[in-house]
Amino acid sequence: MRLLPYGDRAVLVELADPDGTDGTDQAVASARVVAWVEAAATAWRDVPVELVPAATTVLVALAPGAPQDLAWLRAAAADVRPEQPARRAEAPRTVEVPVTYDGADLAAVARLTGLDEADVVAAHTGTPWRVAFGGFAPGFAYLVGGDPRLRSVPRRAEPRTRVPAGSVALAGGFSGVYPRVSPGGWQLLGRTELAMWDLDRDPPALLAAGTTVRFVDAGGVR
Amino acid sequence: MTRRALVVRAVGGPVLVQDLGRPGHAAVGVGRSGAADRAAYLLANRAVGNRRGAAALEVTLGGLEVEVRGGPLWCCLTGAPAGVEADGRLHPPGAVVAVRHRLRIGTPPRGLRSYLAVRGGIDARAVLGSRSRDVLAGLGPAALDAGDVVGIGDDADAGEAGWPRLDAVPVDALAEPALFRVVPGPRADLIVEPDRLVTGEWRVSAHADRVGTRLEGGAPLLHRDPERQLPSEGAVRGALQVPPSGEPVLFGPDHPVTGGYPVVGVVVDADVDRAAQLRPGDPVGFRWV
Repeated sequence: MRLLPYGDRAVLVELADPDGTDGTDQAVASARVVAWVEAAATAWRDVPVELVPAATTVLVALAPGAPQDLAWLRAAAADVRPEQPARRAEAPRTVEVPVTYDGADLAAVARLTGLDEADVVAAHTGTPWRVAFGGFAPGFAYLVGGDPRLRSVPRRAEPRTRVPAGSVALAGGFSGVYPRVSPGGWQLLGRTELAMWDLDRDPPALLAAGTTVRFVDAGGVR
Repeated sequence: MTRRALVVRAVGGPVLVQDLGRPGHAAVGVGRSGAADRAAYLLANRAVGNRRGAAALEVTLGGLEVEVRGGPLWCCLTGAPAGVEADGRLHPPGAVVAVRHRLRIGTPPRGLRSYLAVRGGIDARAVLGSRSRDVLAGLGPAALDAGDVVGIGDDADAGEAGWPRLDAVPVDALAEPALFRVVPGPRADLIVEPDRLVTGEWRVSAHADRVGTRLEGGAPLLHRDPERQLPSEGAVRGALQVPPSGEPVLFGPDHPVTGGYPVVGVVVDADVDRAAQLRPGDPVGFRWV
């Protein structure tokens, strides 16, 4: 673990080499991030800090009401012990996401992986994914794990200016579902009717860090 | 009794409802947002005896005209120093005034965002505990437009002590050039010459909004390895992110929760409010601390 400077109100906790050159794969890095956030949230239950989990890092920022003391924050961050079992021993939640696999990039993903389209669907549905972190838009979850054969798929060279809401996509070792219409550079495999973000729901985000996700082939046009 | 409200008659630039934002939702992709110039926002609210966190209007480049319904209503304008015309009478920025019928906000000679606090606060539907408009996430009340009616809330302090006791509050003079103190960022080592940030003569480009302010004019902050892709990492308001063009982007209140370009430096928290007042063309300087 490394603590990197981030202004006078935050530190960046690096839990794996950002390039993966230390041999840590994305799923392992994400598991570390999830465990670190759980441990920090437990340790700082009464201290207002903001935790921003990402691929290999957690940004920890002092919130108003916390001691505005960067030295304290650095010491406290260095003290987090993720190997201690989290006190919140909730069973991990599993969400099933039914997908119509008719995405515009399904053929491209097949080409890139050397699989045929049916194999891509089988690979995407066959192995569970796990929510590592959020961040692109409200309700967007970065999923890691999945079938190793899909991890080599890169982002599209030309991002789309408009990706439809509910698009199920893949890139850079992650999978995810676009919660609403937005620009996007990931490869589109299909679509789901499930709402990823709904302000009338509590909580509004369907997928939280640590949630297990299983994609299910809902049939439909291919 | 008529419900107290503001009826919007005209707007200039964007007029947004803002409060202190919605902390604690970064993990689901929702940033803090909130008033861009926090100090100015808090000052305006205090001046009219509002509770901390009451919603106010963030008025970009003046030009707002409202009718007061169910008045009189105590108001104060801070931030970018626009003049205020209340019921036909002119007041300097920072004046605490009672408006019976009509309020007009002039164009500020400097700065970008003024804060109009009304006693009681702006009433709007809270989303995840905040009434702030987040323009990137698309959360919170939409920008106001002519014809909109905005209710007045009950976020005022009770009792005599809670009433305005000042005729005016001081409004920041917004000296130029804006000079920001910066702490070297977590990925400054991915930039060829990070010191170009502090030696360059930067100015605000036309790409400036609540998400971020792109700077131009200085020698580009080139990436050491342009092919290298950094995985996304968390960001804060005041972070200076460097896209491959080498022109830094200063993150504003509605910045993305995570970003994938290297952060060369982070403006210290006490200077971040000043960034909310930068206009396209304004000169900007940085120095390391």
